[in-house]
Amino acid sequence: MAIRDRLSGNEAIAIAMKQINPDVLAAFPITPSTEIPQYVSQYVADGEVDTELILVESEHSAMSACIGSQAAGARTMTATSSCGLALMWETLYIASSIRLPITLALVNRALTGPININADHADSMGARDAGWIQIYSENNQEAYDNFIQAVRIGEDKEVQLPTMVCQDGFITSHAVENIELIEDEEVKAFVGEYIPVASLLNAKEPIAIGPYDSPHYYIEHKRQQAEGMNKAKEVILKVAEEFEKVTGRKYGLFEAYQLEDAEAAIVIINSTAGTAKAAIDKMRKEGKKVGLLKIRVFRPFPHEEICDALSHLKAIAVMDRSEGFSSIGGPLFAEVRSALYEAENRPMLINYIYGLGGRDVTTTHIEEVYNQLFSMINKNQTGQVYRYLGVRE
Amino acid sequence: MKTKDGVEINEEIKWKDICPGGTVAYPGSADLFKTGDWRSMKPVFKAGECKQCLLCVPVCPDSSIPVKDKKRLDFDFDHCKGCGVCVKVCPFNAIDFIKEGK
Amino acid sequence: MGKLTEIRWHARGGQGAKTASLLLADAAFNTGNYVQGFPEYGPERMGAPITAYNRISSEKITIHSNIYEPDFVVVMDESLIDSINVTLGLKDEGAIIVNTERPWKEVREQFKDYGGSVFTINAREISESTLGKYFPNTPLLAAVVKVSKIMEVEEFIQTMEDSFKHKFASKPEVIMGNMNALKRSMEEVRGYED
Repeated sequence: MAIRDRLSGNEAIAIAMKQINPDVLAAFPITPSTEIPQYVSQYVADGEVDTELILVESEHSAMSACIGSQAAGARTMTATSSCGLALMWETLYIASSIRLPITLALVNRALTGPININADHADSMGARDAGWIQIYSENNQEAYDNFIQAVRIGEDKEVQLPTMVCQDGFITSHAVENIELIEDEEVKAFVGEYIPVASLLNAKEPIAIGPYDSPHYYIEHKRQQAEGMNKAKEVILKVAEEFEKVTGRKYGLFEAYQLEDAEAAIVIINSTAGTAKAAIDKMRKEGKKVGLLKIRVFRPFPHEEICDALSHLKAIAVMDRSEGFSSIGGPLFAEVRSALYEAENRPMLINYIYGLGGRDVTTTHIEEVYNQLFSMINKNQTGQVYRYLGVRE
Repeated sequence: MKTKDGVEINEEIKWKDICPGGTVAYPGSADLFKTGDWRSMKPVFKAGECKQCLLCVPVCPDSSIPVKDKKRLDFDFDHCKGCGVCVKVCPFNAIDFIKEGK
Repeated sequence: MGKLTEIRWHARGGQGAKTASLLLADAAFNTGNYVQGFPEYGPERMGAPITAYNRISSEKITIHSNIYEPDFVVVMDESLIDSINVTLGLKDEGAIIVNTERPWKEVREQFKDYGGSVFTINAREISESTLGKYFPNTPLLAAVVKVSKIMEVEEFIQTMEDSFKHKFASKPEVIMGNMNALKRSMEEVRGYED
């Protein structure tokens, strides 16, 4: 039976970790994800989990410890934010290329500078090409549900890749909201026991990991790694289906909200999707055909499905909570525009950079975006493609 | 050297067959890789001069000095790269160092 | 959409506005509501003005922004009134609740430009006489519930008693003190001249 509770996003992740009871958690504290290892260390001290807690001296060491531990055959987790993820940079690539299904709770925070501790997606977007599966969460419930599913997705034999589950720093990580938890036993049954394909501590089948790869072999390994990511899409859907049987909560590669008959839509990630839903409800009452596509899975990026879901629209605003400094728009915009290249009738498409460094986004801001889209539709003119939302001009 | 599934690892191997992550599926696989033909200089073991102090054994970077019954044998020339470290470390001039091919 | 109530708390860093917003969220959650309780984060600085928020509704809440047009504002530290426009965006149908020792009339006069109701509560006096120390949270929570009507008073008292019993299981005098603070605050929160 579901347990009705109220928790912050960080508490929700910590509870998920407690229920999964991983073999190892290696972490270094950084705002706003610090509470996660803090809560887990309490569980360890209270004997509620038998997780080996490895407290290290930096995030580079945290991810290195995760790699050693997962390679040894232990189900391993960590949590970080912002500069913490940036300091893991080279080791993120090592984890994914050795095909180690580590699970990372990322609490999204801006990257310095100027120094800022609040939410944006610069950290995870910077790591988008590191070979990690990326799953995003609108609220505490999704962070919890996604984290439990992530373990199964990454560990799937066809995938064998690390996964990061992202949520917005402070906005959801520190906000207490209602949540439905799953019974401990059900979580344990759902994630099952971790059976590694190969492990360093298996004396019967000794292996060596992370060897030098010459140009004769490297590209074959990368092609094979890409296949793991390709396969992840169907595994994510399969795991979601099983998860729905346990919880009744439905997950896909993305969420379409009021999208079917919409003329104008936004594509967005994480907590602002919830704010947008409230704006949509209001505008729908006024008879405006507005909708939303909320990205859940960014890596692998579901190009075809997104193209199908968006191609009927007249105008779309892709919302990026990070700057890519490409001078033509943010990273989500690049993906969505690329996906829509396959559409027979391509909608008008613009990009908004918004919410950097925790800048608050209200329903009024979202309404302003839809109004811009309707103005484009009326004039049948896209106008400026790459825009900023709520910046002082 | 082969993958876990028994496919020979060489420059013909296809991406679908290669070991995930480059994981080496068997122990001691360095033995299969002959580095002996990298030598330009060659150590010569002079058994008569050797006092079996075994100082040369641990310094060899390629484990090319086999030991049996606490006594070193002649070099493993399949793997010795001719680096000469053993020559330098030997206190008894029991290893000559000559040009390869002589 | 069910009735959504939005509350903004003003305090100084270290005075417990975050805790107060979480306690209110807890009480509303325990009485069957959908809740949000969250602070506005910046660098941690003791004494700096801080803001915390609550959303409480009978239906699921999806908005994740700060609150700019609250139904209610709670001022935990009245010295903030001089430096911050605490009634900014506050709805006229709503109310402001000020923690103060001053008479209601004086506070009402201070907010003469605000069209809604003004309430006062002397959380210090109530807290010190019932708990022996200055813990303004319990009196302020009671005042907010009484003024905002976000939950039934009886339900609120019951859920608070349950949580005090759970929290202070080994200190019955603290449970009693808090319950007295709660009940006195319900009676003493003022929206008119004595």
